[in-house]
Amino acid sequence: MDILLHPVTQALIKIAIIVMGFVMALGTVLTLMERKWMSAVQDRIGPNRANVGRFTGHGALHIAADGLKSIFKEDTIPKGVDLLIFGLAPFFGFISAMTVWAVIPFAAPLGPVTFQITDVNIGILLVLALTSLGVYGAVLAGWSSNNKYALLGAARASAQMLSYEIFLGLSLVGLFMVYGSVQVSTLVEQQNTYWFGDVIPKWGMFTQPVALVLFFTAMLAESKRLPFDAPEGESEIIAGYFMEYSGMRWSAFMLAEYITVVGIAALTTTLFLGGYNVPWLHQDGFHLFGGFLPVPAWLVLLLQIGSFITKVVLLCWFIIILRWTVPKFRFDQTMELGWKKLLPVSLANVAVTALVLLAIDTWHL
Amino acid sequence: MTANVKTITVDRGEGLMEALYLPAILIGLGLTVRHFMRNMFGKRDVVTIQYPEEQRRVSPRYRGRHRLTVREDGFIKCVACYMCEEICPSHCIHIDAGEVPDKSVEKYPVVFDIDELRCVFCGLCVEACPKDAIRMDTGIIALAASHRDSFDYTRDLLKDVYHENEKTKFRSVPLPLTEEEALPESVGRIVR
Ligand code: SF4
Ligand code: SF4
Repeated sequence: MDILLHPVTQALIKIAIIVMGFVMALGTVLTLMERKWMSAVQDRIGPNRANVGRFTGHGALHIAADGLKSIFKEDTIPKGVDLLIFGLAPFFGFISAMTVWAVIPFAAPLGPVTFQITDVNIGILLVLALTSLGVYGAVLAGWSSNNKYALLGAARASAQMLSYEIFLGLSLVGLFMVYGSVQVSTLVEQQNTYWFGDVIPKWGMFTQPVALVLFFTAMLAESKRLPFDAPEGESEIIAGYFMEYSGMRWSAFMLAEYITVVGIAALTTTLFLGGYNVPWLHQDGFHLFGGFLPVPAWLVLLLQIGSFITKVVLLCWFIIILRWTVPKFRFDQTMELGWKKLLPVSLANVAVTALVLLAIDTWHL
Repeated sequence: MTANVKTITVDRGEGLMEALYLPAILIGLGLTVRHFMRNMFGKRDVVTIQYPEEQRRVSPRYRGRHRLTVREDGFIKCVACYMCEEICPSHCIHIDAGEVPDKSVEKYPVVFDIDELRCVFCGLCVEACPKDAIRMDTGIIALAASHRDSFDYTRDLLKDVYHENEKTKFRSVPLPLTEEEALPESVGRIVR
């Protein structure tokens, strides 16, 4: 029992469960779901052909088929690539997409057991630092590919990701001021406090609605998905920075994209949708309008995990549907949106939040 | 003729709402989510045709694989006049003429090969034929085989399949008699 409760063992178990059991699984399923959901939007059926005998599972076998295909596909390495960097680049995106999960809590701590891999006190700042590593994946891939399209894609990716990172951080400043912390566990606990007695939860989406839009937009730009897919730009620079990749390396880029999607959903949930919190559910039960409904601790835990996963999956769905809704921005439009519109808005958001907080403090509103 | 030209002013909706970009996204999301919900949970109205199992009816005018028509007595209509071979832009028709006792016809094709891989499906052979002996109305639109030789369609292959055509339900030509009866000197190569 002692060894099980040792922080290192705990962390390892949590990493295995969260990364393998949830993140990788959801990311992999999303590769199929993106195609299924997109075809539903476009009045089509989507992939349904991969089969074992007569069993197709409505296309579920395509996940296995895709994996097998990319393993057995020839891994073409073009002439003149920088082999070391070419080989390393796919993992940067992957790692930066994965490390987000180090600080995401799945449920409130239960005694000595926390449902979060680590609760570092710089929390979100660590996440911001690690996600910005993702730009290396794109830049190194494009740089080492010995291909002008790839280089263009890498240039676009670096410019886009660096610009959007600025107000990705700025958009969260308001949130930090409201909750007074950058530690993820505190942020999430704070979101389980309520306005007007115990009616409206103080979720990030209610306290900082503008920041939600800004953060979500910036995260979309970081993930290089539509409408910010100029770095890939199929119609102009073919596949951008990863056009020279094939086989399993290419799959690593693809999988990293979906894991990024799951990561965006998890971060947005944690920061703006109340994290694992179920509205009005406290550690001992539901509190609403002075009423109280006791709930056993194990059920609270299950409800919290369930609520977190539901929110994440719904957000993943939203991100994917959004891709099939919005048209693509031209690259200059991406930059203009970032620097001329979203950056001033995020600065104004910080200023207004500060003023409101000052007003609340001064007049005890 | 400018009288009928109407000028329509389209409202591009310039202004704050348009500049915000978000209302437009929400309207778009409404549309995509509506389609998504209908196709996922409601009545699916997908336009997909599950191709190999379901096939679309082709128009009778569609230029599909060729067929050689036959006379009422079942003998092949072609008189081996070489018109089609001559006009074919891709030189994919090969005819060898043979003699028939019937003096009103004189010739018939002993060999009538079409290399369907070279054919560009232009339909000029059909236009050129003076006897309506070659047509492209089989409705066979997807020629697929794993061997090149399979695309060398011989006279008998071209003649024989038209009555099996389920897709266009073409029935205006009488069914042929047996092969030997219709073409006693057939040397057509049947490649399956
Ligand atoms: S369709 Fe055109 S190309 Fe094909 S056999 Fe006839 S004339 Fe030749
Ligand atoms: S198919 Fe028609 S054009 Fe061609 S050789 Fe026969 S009769 Fe002449």
